[in-house]
Amino acid sequence: MLERPKRKNPVLRTRLPTLPPGARSRVALGLTAAAALGRFELQQCRDCGTVQYPPREACQKCLSIRLEWKPQPTEGELLSDTVLHHSNDLFFRERLPWRLGLVKLDCGPTVVAHLHERVAQAPRRVVVAAKLDRAGQAVLVALPNGSTPQEADMAEDRQLREFTCDPKFRKVLVTDGKTALGQAIVKTLAAAGADLIWVGHSEPWKKFAGFDELKAIAQVTLLPLDVTDSKNVKEVAAEIGGKVDILVNNAEYHRTHSISSRYGVDAARAEMDVNYFGLLRLAQEFGPAMRGRGADGLASAVAWVNVLSIYALANFPPHGTFSASKAAAHSLSQCLRAEMRPAGVRVINVFPGPIDDEWNQLLPPPKVTPAGLSSAIVKALREGVEDVYPGDVAQEWLARWRDNPKALEKELST
Amino acid sequence: MSALTQLAEELVKGKIKVVDLTETLSPEFPYISLPPEMGQAWPFRIEEVSHYDDRGPAWYWNNFSCGEHTGTHFDAPIHWVSGKDLPNNSVDTIQPERFIGPAFVVDCSKESAADPDFLLTKPFLLDWEKKHGRISPRSWVLMRTDWSKKSADPEAYQNYDETGQHTPGPDTDAVRFLVEERDIVGFGTESIGTDAGQAYHLRPPYPCHYYMHGAGRYGLQCLKNLDQLPPTGAIVLAAPLKIRNGSGSPLRVLALVESK
Repeated sequence: MLERPKRKNPVLRTRLPTLPPGARSRVALGLTAAAALGRFELQQCRDCGTVQYPPREACQKCLSIRLEWKPQPTEGELLSDTVLHHSNDLFFRERLPWRLGLVKLDCGPTVVAHLHERVAQAPRRVVVAAKLDRAGQAVLVALPNGSTPQEADMAEDRQLREFTCDPKFRKVLVTDGKTALGQAIVKTLAAAGADLIWVGHSEPWKKFAGFDELKAIAQVTLLPLDVTDSKNVKEVAAEIGGKVDILVNNAEYHRTHSISSRYGVDAARAEMDVNYFGLLRLAQEFGPAMRGRGADGLASAVAWVNVLSIYALANFPPHGTFSASKAAAHSLSQCLRAEMRPAGVRVINVFPGPIDDEWNQLLPPPKVTPAGLSSAIVKALREGVEDVYPGDVAQEWLARWRDNPKALEKELST
Repeated sequence: MSALTQLAEELVKGKIKVVDLTETLSPEFPYISLPPEMGQAWPFRIEEVSHYDDRGPAWYWNNFSCGEHTGTHFDAPIHWVSGKDLPNNSVDTIQPERFIGPAFVVDCSKESAADPDFLLTKPFLLDWEKKHGRISPRSWVLMRTDWSKKSADPEAYQNYDETGQHTPGPDTDAVRFLVEERDIVGFGTESIGTDAGQAYHLRPPYPCHYYMHGAGRYGLQCLKNLDQLPPTGAIVLAAPLKIRNGSGSPLRVLALVESK
């Protein structure tokens, strides 16, 4: 078990963030693309069926170039293990000693993996998972046999914690506590051991349902925050920005209009102001301080979560202007991801299907419940994925979109 | 000596004081709330253009945005459906002499402190006239409630509960009396509307908007410092921005008051 980190001495220097080696060939990024979704995929030859690692341009057995990334069984045998006591790489140099091992996967290849501390000496059976490291690239980790990444509790492991963004012991800002989703996120974070949770609420004169319950949670501090007000965002960032380890931006404006169902731009503009410009304002004000604290001990700045929408991938015409604002936010979040990467701060994008709330009243189930979505967010933080698609609708849309984005557009326009 | 020369001299000597009746425009200042599916007035927002920096090395300036009905603001007759077809009903076409007039300040501060839903009635006005004299034509009637003293606390200023907003205002008979029997130019309040917070339930809904604007009269809201005005004798200057076909505008409202 990790012990609670000591309170930071505020006069000591904050160390600058370093990253593990981040360069990958284009073909190797296939491993990262799958790991970003929490999947373990390796290259497999369509001609001879060989599974290979590391990724290459051609099959190592039959030289075919017809390779595809496919989910693979995760079990294997730890052949040997070793402890690194010296490294010229700045990232590992600061974290020595570091334990690694060679795992022979049941599906064929032998891989180098970072070892969970509960994996005892070789030889033994292990489970391998692909995780994103601080550089945002996939690496392989070996977990105790039979355990899922959740059960392995990587955040409790000194080495593997580097691959997670676990809220335990961390200070979190949730930008909107007025919605059922915001309140569910706060409760889930509190249960996950977050040290302090700042909860924003706009229009503080309107008392909202759930206010008293939220206030009663010991870790919670409510503060007026309106992401459409640049001055307010700047002041809140000045006040707490240097302490925020995880920022969850769930502030959202959602109206159910197409182009023709609502005359004028007022609702669409309000959607852009919260969903797109709100993210931009938060990123400009909170980004720099979080980037400066990417290596601030066990409870460093570690993640930025954006609650987007599956409609960010393809426009859902009945909610057409909302979809456009979420597509804009998605694009900006890619920029944010690039800018946060040098500090090792992970940007997690959440693409839920319709949430069971006021503005999706007329949409038929299945709808994502606030509790389900908040669990998915905390799971993503714990397991270190980058893109999450919670809910049946989101999963189905994602599959259709990955298969053929044009076909999905046509399906949605009828 | 001409009246204006005398005015200028007394302003310089400080015998005539200028009282600012205006709230500061800021993002924090409370704004009107409508049901969320309806169109919304923008709150006041401000963004820096440059601040002696790379965006403009020697100068500081901002862009701001807001609705016509934000902060201390003026309501023109075209704002309400009852005034939509009147001549000169928008801020750009109202005759400028209408923007300056005597003020009759009706103190309802005790009543409003006791009851946030206080309604100003015709008998209350008649009683007030007994003490202070008859309200003259073309004047502004300002309802002093001291509500503006809550403006630093948006929650108290808006005063919402589960049945909506609770702020004082005039009842239907009072509005009709002021328009039809006293021929006033407009009605001003310290809260977010010229109507009471619960005026949706009056008949007609929002009577001050309905009758004032229906008769080509104006409204001022979010006023402050009404406690610095005498019941009679002050002059109000309330000229809105000249927005083409504008239904209202934020403005600086000033009052001229003679020192005792």
